[in-house]
Amino acid sequence: MDNDAIEQILNKYQGQSRQLIRVMMEIQEENHWLPREVMMKISEKLEVPFSRVLRIATYYKTFSLTPKGRHEIHVCTGTACHIRGAQSVLETVQDLTGIKPGETDAEHKFSLETVNCQGCCTCGPMLKVDEKTHSRISSNEIADALKKYD
Amino acid sequence: MTRINSAAELEELRQGILSKKDPDKPSIAICAGLSCLGLGNGAVINAFKEEIRKQSLEAKVDVIATGCHGFCEKGPIVVINPEEICYLQVTPEDVPEIVSQTVIGKKVIDRLIYTDPKSGEKAALMSEIPFYKKQMRVLMGNNAKINPKSIDDYLAIGGYSALAKALNEMSPVQVLEEVTKANLRGRGGGGFPAGRKWETTRNAPNETKYVIVNAHEGEPGAFMDRALFQGNPHSVLEGLIIGAYAIGSQQGFIYTRHDTPELRKNVDIALAQAEEYGLLGENILGSGFSFKVEVHFDVGIFVSGESSALMRSIEGKAPEPKPKYIRTSVHGIWDRPSNLNNVETWANVPQIIGKGSEWYNSIGTEKSKGTKLISLSGHVCNSTVVEVPMGTSLKEIVYDFGGGIPNGKKLKAIHFGGPMGGTIPESLIDNPLDFDVLSKLGASMGAGDMLMMDEGTCLVEVARFFLDFLSGESCGKCVPCREGIRQMLNILTNMTKGKGKAGDIELMEELAEVIGAAALCSLGRSVQNPLLSMLKYFRDEFEAHIEKRCPAHSCKALIALEGV
Repeated sequence: MDNDAIEQILNKYQGQSRQLIRVMMEIQEENHWLPREVMMKISEKLEVPFSRVLRIATYYKTFSLTPKGRHEIHVCTGTACHIRGAQSVLETVQDLTGIKPGETDAEHKFSLETVNCQGCCTCGPMLKVDEKTHSRISSNEIADALKKYD
Repeated sequence: MTRINSAAELEELRQGILSKKDPDKPSIAICAGLSCLGLGNGAVINAFKEEIRKQSLEAKVDVIATGCHGFCEKGPIVVINPEEICYLQVTPEDVPEIVSQTVIGKKVIDRLIYTDPKSGEKAALMSEIPFYKKQMRVLMGNNAKINPKSIDDYLAIGGYSALAKALNEMSPVQVLEEVTKANLRGRGGGGFPAGRKWETTRNAPNETKYVIVNAHEGEPGAFMDRALFQGNPHSVLEGLIIGAYAIGSQQGFIYTRHDTPELRKNVDIALAQAEEYGLLGENILGSGFSFKVEVHFDVGIFVSGESSALMRSIEGKAPEPKPKYIRTSVHGIWDRPSNLNNVETWANVPQIIGKGSEWYNSIGTEKSKGTKLISLSGHVCNSTVVEVPMGTSLKEIVYDFGGGIPNGKKLKAIHFGGPMGGTIPESLIDNPLDFDVLSKLGASMGAGDMLMMDEGTCLVEVARFFLDFLSGESCGKCVPCREGIRQMLNILTNMTKGKGKAGDIELMEELAEVIGAAALCSLGRSVQNPLLSMLKYFRDEFEAHIEKRCPAHSCKALIALEGV
């Protein structure tokens, strides 16, 4: 956890309660999860009740209350990907990694999430590993794609 | 950058930009839209930069990463200007050849240009490719011409002249009247007249009013707003400033997705540049009108695109909707009058002010005016973004722009408007693209996303899929939506597993009626729309599932039962 970076974000928005979601988003992007002590700090610095921080953290799918793996896999299950076979892509990823959407493996290598449409339906079915998009992927190509990550 | 203090100074600046531009200077416009990036355009952009550097052509050739060109299926797309030679499915390996042959040698590389799949005819220029030729690209047409990160590029194509006209030559009421006369209807889904919405907020009794760009675009299969906003952010911003002037608002908000980095970057840059030029801030163009804009983000839940939920989110609270009888136009953000329109609606405003309502009224049908952006996805040869005049037949959209249905299959149905939209059967394909016609058919246009489904698609499964999606996205505040979705989902899941029973359809219809009448917000009141439209046109398919048959041979459990 990079405390300096988190401090910087908090100081930037000190006392601005309406920036709560933005602050949480920036910290999530920086740290990949929201530890309880960080959420306490957010509550203090932005002067919002801790209960509201927690409520927003559990409401939105982007926020994670547990540490994520080194690589985040996002499988698109939007409608266009769905009718082009996203379900079997998801099942293959689950078989290969041993984790379900929302989970992280024991070695903290991969976290898996489903997403609803990334706005590039021509790429479907698709999955993203971190920033890399694997377009028009078929189930038998997934093992190779995931091998590259450690 | 220096601050511009009047319309005359804006014109002077524009002339200055134009005089420095050499129209014959080659430029390489590489699409950096979401699909092209997904298909590997990042590597193509780097390869071009590297090649230009290697050949020491930096001063002679521009390399621009542009917004979406629309023909996503054939991405990555590269356009060589000024000739507008359009290369499709470009790989990094093609790059040295393109630079030496086309950029320098002015020769067309045959293998990279468009070939018609039926006639085999070739087209080298963007304007000759039938996909582009048949469209009316009023909003999207500039995407391939400008660098979305450069306000000067936008000024060079006449940008912000509509704002100057509005502030200089028109009163706020005149601007409002012009938009009302243009019959501009909201592009986000409802098709509500924008002029009337603006008027409500303008007349609401509060000095502080807000205007908002809804760039949430949460419907799966809708990607036209991102294409437009990312590719030409100033066109949306200009519309927003004009709208704020008409409504009497000093503060605007942009509500967009956090998960599209390129879009975020372009919007941030656009706001900073507009501020530096004084097109945002105090006393814009010396008119006395002041206006600021702040960006807020959706962080991953569908319901936050609903107007009242979106406004709660801007306040920094959890995005739970308010009851719909409280109108956000009057009681919105912090209980103040707030006017919300989506990206495409705002982008139409500078067009209307610049060219006049008469021009706008000359496009489209009797009650649906202007052009509409459509995103095509699903079982269609070309998953793309197209812009066509309202009134274009659905058949033309599916076959001329979408290229028809792949793998030799037949079209079964078209679904509009995502998980709260509606489905129509192939037999109604001769109908025009029109808010009211589609509504009557039971499929509202939504944001303009069309999902094609071929004969192998089981609609019971698709209805189940939408409800499954919505069950995860409902905020859970009101019982009809939270429990109603869950019960309908249970019934449909049972049907796809061969556990459907007599009376299921009637029970779902009863549930749908209650949710439609009793749910709190427009999300809850629309969740039953896909199911009801499918029951209207494909009831026999639902009945077949109760008899343990899947006519599309798609539900695995039923295929297994049939085999016995």
